[in-house]
Amino acid sequence: MTSAPTGSRAIGAPVPRLEGRAKVTGTAPYAYDQPVEAPLYLAAVTSTSARGHITAIDTAAADRLDGVVAVLTHENAPRLASDENAELWVLQSDEVAFRGQLIGAVVASRPEIAAQAAGLVRVEYDARPHDVEPGPGRDDLYAPATVNTGLETDTIAGDVDAAMADAAVTLDRTYSTPLQFHVPMEPQTAVARWDRDGGGDRLTLYDSTQGVIRMRQIMAAVLGLPPDRVEVISPHVGGGFGSKLRPKAHHVLVALAARTVEGRPVKFALPRRLTFAGSGYRPSTVQRIRLGADADGRLTAIAHDAVGGTSKLVEFAEQTALATRTMYAAPNRRTTHRLAALDVSVPTVMRAPGEAPGMFALESAMDELAVACGLDPIELRVRNEPGRDPETGLPYSTRNLVACLREGARRFGWTDRDPAPAARLDDGWLTGTGVAAATYPAYPVIGPSNAAIRALAGGRYRVDIAAADIGTGSRTALTQIAADALAVPLDAVDLRLGESTLPAAAPAAGSMGLGGWGSAVIAAARAFREKYGTAPAEGAEAGATGAGVPGAGKVALHAFGAQFAEVRVHADTGEIRVPRLLGVFAVGRVVNPRTARSQLTGGMVMGLSAALHEHGVMDPGPGQVVTRDLADYHIAAHADVQDVDAVWIDEADPHYNELGAKGVGEIGIVGVAAAIANAAFHATGVRVRDLPLTPDAFLR
Amino acid sequence: MSTGSIMLTVDGESRSLVIDTRTTLLDALRDHLGVTSPKKGCDHGQCGACTVLLDGRRVLACLALAVAHDGAEITTAAGLSPDGEPHPLAQAFIDHDGFQCGYCTPGQICSAAGMLDEAGKGAPSHVTGDLEGPTVLDDEEIRERMSGNLCRCGAYPGIVAAIREVSG
Ligand code: FES
Ligand code: FES
Repeated sequence: MTSAPTGSRAIGAPVPRLEGRAKVTGTAPYAYDQPVEAPLYLAAVTSTSARGHITAIDTAAADRLDGVVAVLTHENAPRLASDENAELWVLQSDEVAFRGQLIGAVVASRPEIAAQAAGLVRVEYDARPHDVEPGPGRDDLYAPATVNTGLETDTIAGDVDAAMADAAVTLDRTYSTPLQFHVPMEPQTAVARWDRDGGGDRLTLYDSTQGVIRMRQIMAAVLGLPPDRVEVISPHVGGGFGSKLRPKAHHVLVALAARTVEGRPVKFALPRRLTFAGSGYRPSTVQRIRLGADADGRLTAIAHDAVGGTSKLVEFAEQTALATRTMYAAPNRRTTHRLAALDVSVPTVMRAPGEAPGMFALESAMDELAVACGLDPIELRVRNEPGRDPETGLPYSTRNLVACLREGARRFGWTDRDPAPAARLDDGWLTGTGVAAATYPAYPVIGPSNAAIRALAGGRYRVDIAAADIGTGSRTALTQIAADALAVPLDAVDLRLGESTLPAAAPAAGSMGLGGWGSAVIAAARAFREKYGTAPAEGAEAGATGAGVPGAGKVALHAFGAQFAEVRVHADTGEIRVPRLLGVFAVGRVVNPRTARSQLTGGMVMGLSAALHEHGVMDPGPGQVVTRDLADYHIAAHADVQDVDAVWIDEADPHYNELGAKGVGEIGIVGVAAAIANAAFHATGVRVRDLPLTPDAFLR
Repeated sequence: MSTGSIMLTVDGESRSLVIDTRTTLLDALRDHLGVTSPKKGCDHGQCGACTVLLDGRRVLACLALAVAHDGAEITTAAGLSPDGEPHPLAQAFIDHDGFQCGYCTPGQICSAAGMLDEAGKGAPSHVTGDLEGPTVLDDEEIRERMSGNLCRCGAYPGIVAAIREVSG
């Protein structure tokens, strides 16, 4: 591993999570666990129509129930201030945009009473025909203005069609991925209290969020409050994976309810069933990949056309083909994104938005091309390694894909691999191995972060930053960074995060968290030492804003990796098992190898889960997702996960930030599904191009 | 609404409460008694986050009605590590980084404690080959027996390593 910066003691050390004791005893307070005085409980009423208008809503029976404190509908809810985000325009009109939309709330003294009363609310609709499935064969697909994160919708260079016509080897395949749901183990949860004092109205929100500052700002705008009259508290978050990045309708609903019962906290944990329409999801994709190559496997053309679904209410355009813009050299290239606008709930970012589905398609296609060219799949990738970023022409800050592939080949035992498919039978199981590349952009920070440092008694320091620890280990890693930046031992640092009253910071998103927050902590430490030296008086305080990305616009910034999978498919039943997954990554400097490894292997487990299990099913009849619990929407359980390991190669990327660290939150999931599908092909000779890989695909 | 009055011993402390007969043991603990160590992940018996030890056996508190367990002794993950002294399983979870967000963790730890006890008494699982001999808790056995406890962070390798260390 790369040596840490000079003077570094804590960075690079496998420090156990600082909140470990609290988590293993269950005493770390998640949103619902926060002690509040005399809470009320909210149960939601959701639409049973996928599109139309509410013509009548009868709350009389609910109102009459003992213990019910308030029933809110669009007819009596307090008015909101901003309809800029249509998803957050909650209880403001009779319109229904998707099935499962929050259209009412009951607030009661007990959760059982609230749930019973919500069931007593009678709703009539003027229902209109709905359109909930993106394909195939639609004639109304459209090109969004940009795709997620503001990137270009299409990129075209050279002439793919002409190059395909001239190519020695061509491949033209379509791959698909289904609806996928984040399902963090802690469902979306918020506890809201509305108070009125001399300064006017004030909202306190105990939330489960990836970004307290963004939450505060958007909620303040929607509710018509000054931002400093909204306080968001979220010290521990039971997983997010993108689903807790943006304010959602339930935040507004619980705030409206709190305003109605002023002074009493209102608790609302979305029942698991409601999270499927209520917290976003990864839209399904259909992706056409075309590859043209010369006889040696050198790409002359690469094209990736992605079609996905979005909601008519708020557009979300997943950047599915983004990775294809940087992965391989080819003179003729094209990436496009098209959307079907549907009467469905609003999709959102989910761990490696873009790369997770997109690299399943591209890396499956590369494996097919390797077979078509009679080349080892690692060698094919090495032959198509670009010297500079193929689309921007910028040099890479670091690009260690080949090093990852080679190191993985060595560790995994790839060298002796017999490429013949369906050639190994072991006690009734067909066995095979597969490889796929991984990549994830090192995005420029989505906003600067700030941090403040204060000298406490006894040589201790408090470090404040409104960052988030959603299980990533950022509380621990930031403490390590602060300790080194202040040149003090780890236990002299007392770090606070997850509160909107702390110095404003970017949310946990896009693997940008640690780099952006870490830069702010380093800047604050520097400012502090400049001002007060090494013997500050108690109470001395300094703050600073983190630096931007030094290499932004000058170099292409990406993390890379290689995923290796061993797969067994039962010859009689088609049952598929993954005894071994190995990921080798190039992610810049690793601040905490213990938590980083967990992040990477955790991503790989989620990739395995997507490869084999996760399948959101939309029923076009009622217009709703029918896989709305953890039995119907199976995610990998203990028995599904065997040997999973992640390692990294020596790298530091000073072009991204002073730490030289790229994020590790997303890249672990990227390429796993392709590696498994490629291994399944090697095992069985059956190429599966549609996720998930279920046993029926192998029974012919 | 009908109510029942029950006594529970929770982590060694006896607590009495009058409770709606529809209230689950999980809600009784979390909402009535303020014992929030067991978590609610699904309320449907599908995730294991709510696992507690009830009279020594692991149960899903979201599938138990509180009034049906008058007099029961409940141990949560907090009770397993009293006075800040971590239970060997809790310490092993920390040592092997067997969690990330931590939300499934109290349930995993209670489940593991119950599972080790079951295995110690010779209870077989779906993957047990030899039903006569003593139970050998290899990784496959641990994974099978822990599969009622989901972890979306994917901390399974660390969890299995932690349990293996304590069981061995
Ligand atoms: S909350 Fe009880 S099993 Fe999920
Ligand atoms: S640690 Fe997050 S769900 Fe298990």
